[in-house]
Amino acid sequence: MTAVADTPSKGLLSRPGASSGWTSWLTTVDHKKIGIMYFAAALIFFLVGGLEALLMRAQLSTANASVLSADAYNQLFTMHGLTMIFFAIMPMSAAFFNYLLPLMIGARDVAFPRLNALSLWVFIAAGIFLYSSWLFGGAPDTTWVNYAPVQEVGPDPAGLTLGGDHDQRMLFYSLGLQIAGIASLASAINLIVTVLNMRAPGLTFMRMPVFVWMSLVVQFLILFAMPVIGVALWQLMFDVGFDGNFFRVDAGGQPILWQHLFWLFGHPEVYILILPAFGIVSEILPTFARKPLFGYAAIVFSGIAIGFMGWGVWAHHMFTSGLGPVANAAFGLSTMFIAVPTGIKIFNWVGTMWGGRMRFSPPMLFAIGLVAMFTIGGLSGVTHAVVPSDAQQHDTYYVVAHFHYVLFGGAIFGLFAGVYYWFPKAFGKFLNDRLGKTHFWLQLIGFNLAFGPQHVLGLNGMPRRYYTYPSGMGWDMWNMVSTIGAFIIALSVLIFVVNLVKSVRSGEQADADPWDARTIEWLSASPPPPHNYDEVPVVTSRDEAWHRKYAGGGGEVPRPVPAGASADHAEHGEEHHGEHIHMPDPSYWPLILAAGLPLAAWGVVTGLWALSGIGLGIVLLSAFGWAMEPESEPEPHAESEHA
Amino acid sequence: MATDTESAAPGAGTNFGVPNEKMGMWAFLGSECLFFGAFISVYVLYLGGTGDGPGPAIFDIPFTSVSTFVLLMSSLAMVMALAAIQDGDMRRFRTWTLGTALMGLTFLSGQVYEYTVFVEEGMGLTTSAFSTAFFVLTSFHGVHVSIGVLMLGALWFMSFTGRIDTSQRSQTAVENIGLYWHFVDIIWILIFTVVYLIPVDLLT
Amino acid sequence: MAGHRKAILARTVVIGALALGLAACGRTEMSEYPLDALSPNGPIAEELDRLWQIVFPIAVGVFVLVEGLILIAVLKFRDRGDGDLPHQVEGNTRLEILWTIIPAVILAGIAVPTVGTIFELSEAPAKEERVEVEVVGKQFFWQFEYVNEGFFTANEMVVPTDTPVYLHLEGDPVYKGPDGREIQEASDLVLHSFWVPRLAGKTDFVPGADRYMTLQASQEGTYLGNCAEFCGLSHANMRIRVRAVSQQEYEEWVAQQAKPAASPPEGPAARGEEIFGANCVTCHAVKGHPDNVGQRTGPDLTHFNSRTRFAGAIFDVEDTQQLRAWIRNPPAEKPGAQMPPFGPDQISQGELDALIQYLHTLD
Repeated sequence: MTAVADTPSKGLLSRPGASSGWTSWLTTVDHKKIGIMYFAAALIFFLVGGLEALLMRAQLSTANASVLSADAYNQLFTMHGLTMIFFAIMPMSAAFFNYLLPLMIGARDVAFPRLNALSLWVFIAAGIFLYSSWLFGGAPDTTWVNYAPVQEVGPDPAGLTLGGDHDQRMLFYSLGLQIAGIASLASAINLIVTVLNMRAPGLTFMRMPVFVWMSLVVQFLILFAMPVIGVALWQLMFDVGFDGNFFRVDAGGQPILWQHLFWLFGHPEVYILILPAFGIVSEILPTFARKPLFGYAAIVFSGIAIGFMGWGVWAHHMFTSGLGPVANAAFGLSTMFIAVPTGIKIFNWVGTMWGGRMRFSPPMLFAIGLVAMFTIGGLSGVTHAVVPSDAQQHDTYYVVAHFHYVLFGGAIFGLFAGVYYWFPKAFGKFLNDRLGKTHFWLQLIGFNLAFGPQHVLGLNGMPRRYYTYPSGMGWDMWNMVSTIGAFIIALSVLIFVVNLVKSVRSGEQADADPWDARTIEWLSASPPPPHNYDEVPVVTSRDEAWHRKYAGGGGEVPRPVPAGASADHAEHGEEHHGEHIHMPDPSYWPLILAAGLPLAAWGVVTGLWALSGIGLGIVLLSAFGWAMEPESEPEPHAESEHA
Repeated sequence: MATDTESAAPGAGTNFGVPNEKMGMWAFLGSECLFFGAFISVYVLYLGGTGDGPGPAIFDIPFTSVSTFVLLMSSLAMVMALAAIQDGDMRRFRTWTLGTALMGLTFLSGQVYEYTVFVEEGMGLTTSAFSTAFFVLTSFHGVHVSIGVLMLGALWFMSFTGRIDTSQRSQTAVENIGLYWHFVDIIWILIFTVVYLIPVDLLT
Repeated sequence: MAGHRKAILARTVVIGALALGLAACGRTEMSEYPLDALSPNGPIAEELDRLWQIVFPIAVGVFVLVEGLILIAVLKFRDRGDGDLPHQVEGNTRLEILWTIIPAVILAGIAVPTVGTIFELSEAPAKEERVEVEVVGKQFFWQFEYVNEGFFTANEMVVPTDTPVYLHLEGDPVYKGPDGREIQEASDLVLHSFWVPRLAGKTDFVPGADRYMTLQASQEGTYLGNCAEFCGLSHANMRIRVRAVSQQEYEEWVAQQAKPAASPPEGPAARGEEIFGANCVTCHAVKGHPDNVGQRTGPDLTHFNSRTRFAGAIFDVEDTQQLRAWIRNPPAEKPGAQMPPFGPDQISQGELDALIQYLHTLD
């Protein structure tokens, strides 16, 4: 709302001037600034989600504890899941996509810079909207999967079976995720076009860094998975807000439909969360082992295979919901065989490390951590595929352990690896090495203490989503261990945050290529100029940057190339020079348009339709302003941008 | 991107020779396919879930056929509008654009009229699972048509301010909106076939 | 040296993880825990366990292999600071084919018994030799109807040993009241999942749909279970108790349960029966009570005192103090309980004691 008042004084349809200072961050369309903001926002959500986890672990530390009420506990675990998945891991990955994809493919920016800014602001708006639910009396509380028809149960007269004004909580769930979905979808379209269409000369598909490959697969997964949950959420909104009948049994609706739609999205979502981390380790392991990725083609194709097979395994989340033996057998088999491409990756990573000269800097430690921890999650995943035995494991802490080994041991370890690895590129400074190593070891220990025992808890019959449990079931000790582990993780993350703040201020200086790395983003300065490359590099091989430094490949021991000898590469580059490159101007409209969405959603939640009208009006008008906005202001001011 | 607009041929400087905007639109439409695919599947699943309310027999096929025909013709008008701007004839472009938008509006009016008839005959959004599925599917499509009409209106308006002219960039914009419009049409053909034309017993 | 310390730490972690894994399969120590899924006590649960016994060792084997390789690589292929660069090996087709095919073969090996067991378990036990129970999950307790024997109970079920018990999770229940009219279950049922780990795997209760499962106990004893699908505030408070007894004891129990409740002759318990009629019959059925309408919103209380637990099997039936607190304010005792509070203005202290005395006559 206030953003509207900020309309430029130069005239409604002019573009904001490029400038430094905090306002430039609000209107920027630079993929690097957007990437950094994605990271900052995602980190805040990660910390909040972690805090929610700590509260839950405090409640579960002993039997019959009374730290939290059932209602508070239900809200916390629901919000923990939603936050970590939609507002921490996904946008944290988006931070890497945004920052790195244009650099890694030798582009000056993404295909649609303003759309990119829109994705960021819409994601932040969605997070603010979802969290504002606590100001309206309560957050969503029926699990992140929100199985129908529990969502339909409103406040009942006898006693609240769910607590609070439940319809309102469900609208926050539905609308919050729909808004977040818009952000992901816009970003997916943007990045698909960027990668397919804007690669540097010579950068063929089979020369693309694996991170770019995995990102591309993820964007396609988002492109096709988001609509599916979008439909489910839209239906939920109609059921809760407008008395629709999609999931109402007495009106002919079928609750099980929700599960199908949710998991048809939900399983590809798992790969949306994990593949970016796979891409990141596939960059880090070769750099720090100082040899090429073992079996590049196998890793790329197994990633694509996972992307396809990920659509055929969704019902393995529903083995106990009574699909019948044929469906159970089919999905059990498909689930087992998706382990094959995943296994290929693990073995190829080990192959990359094998015979290398590994340096154990923090990025490498986290990358190896991923390989080691994800393996455990993958193996427990195979035990789930054994359908009859999954009937014992389903919805217990064994499953909680499994997906934390996949999403924390996999995705989060990978993302931290990426932060340590590319921080010098983004800021021209290193993250502190000692603090980084402390962070790693504490996190590794805390993680295994927190989630390892949950395997035992689950097999001992502890169901998930229990706010309390009785003593004498063999759960007491392991729960306490798990809680201690959670607090060790918290300590490790605290160290990371301290490291981040310290290093941004006064980290050790890093040059353009501090790790002796292999991909072309390291050819640009640290931090890169707004236009990324003075001369777009011409790519002649996989690991282009490495081959400019060292001669000899194909199994040989490499020899350093004499300084200056690599200049012939640059000669083929496009004849662009820094001062002539005009980058897209900043714009107000992404921010204003994004602000309209939560306003409209608050209107739906509160029934203040005028507010919805205002919100939609802002969306429409700013879309129009977006279209009418001039391509750029007449005055070029590209040089003053990086101050 | 600065480099794109400077170059003469559409899509020059890209790896696939397709303008970014167009490729983006295709990606978006790919995503839309799953939106509509899921809604149509749910509708088919709920054909039997009519509860005490009316079922598919309520549909007035001749009436909807007429509005379907109007929407189909609007696609033709859209083609003419694109051809006009590619020929550099802005006057013809404006006429056809406006015509497309008006035909879209006609279709929407038909839909609104149809809804009021259904509600009078006792089938509202909340009547049964079937009715909810029907209204949500068709109105979701209606929202798409409305957005298309808004975009066409904006094109028409901007052709007067000079933001839309005969430049390559404008042509790509018109082509993209055309792609969207044709897509929304094709989806309607699918919905019309599944919802109105195919006898229920063939689907259940 | 830092590298050495790291190596030790890494080794500790791996050993720790292994120990956890072994703890998980150390069945003899765990079997004292009533919900241990790895201590099956009937043919169905044993069937599931048999598959676990195949998969778990394989998983441990792969775990040891992969983590071992990582460990060796980490120890052996460190940068020694001599500036040497390794051979730039880009892959090895033979190896890659090998580690594609071997896992696929192992998985296929797991798949065969898995699929076999899925179909085996999906078969219903023969009609003449099974006990049939219709199960309805409510917020937040389990209702059991012995269909052929014609009575209801809640939270606790009694089954004969060595006899398959065929559960019908009825998502669209309709009951007959004492006057013959049909009572439709309220439509706000939600998902639950029925799970007694030592007797069988879990099966979801799905509103509007029918689901079936079989459980069977080999030994006499009480087997505990839980709701395993999130269902609201007291998801954690809807427990199951399955008491397996000999065939003879089972038949005695059935005979007792099938009887209507007898009206107490005189005294406070008779007064309690009247109070029950005035306050409780709108939700609770007590077969034999003069005012009974057969409403099944709350649990059937006909043989309340024959059970050991109440309120989702979390409180002791004997505990008069707890019963008093429960009737006064159920949602305070169990979050989300649908039973409304009965304050002193509705039921006086004396009436409450009488009511509880009546409940304790319902054997």
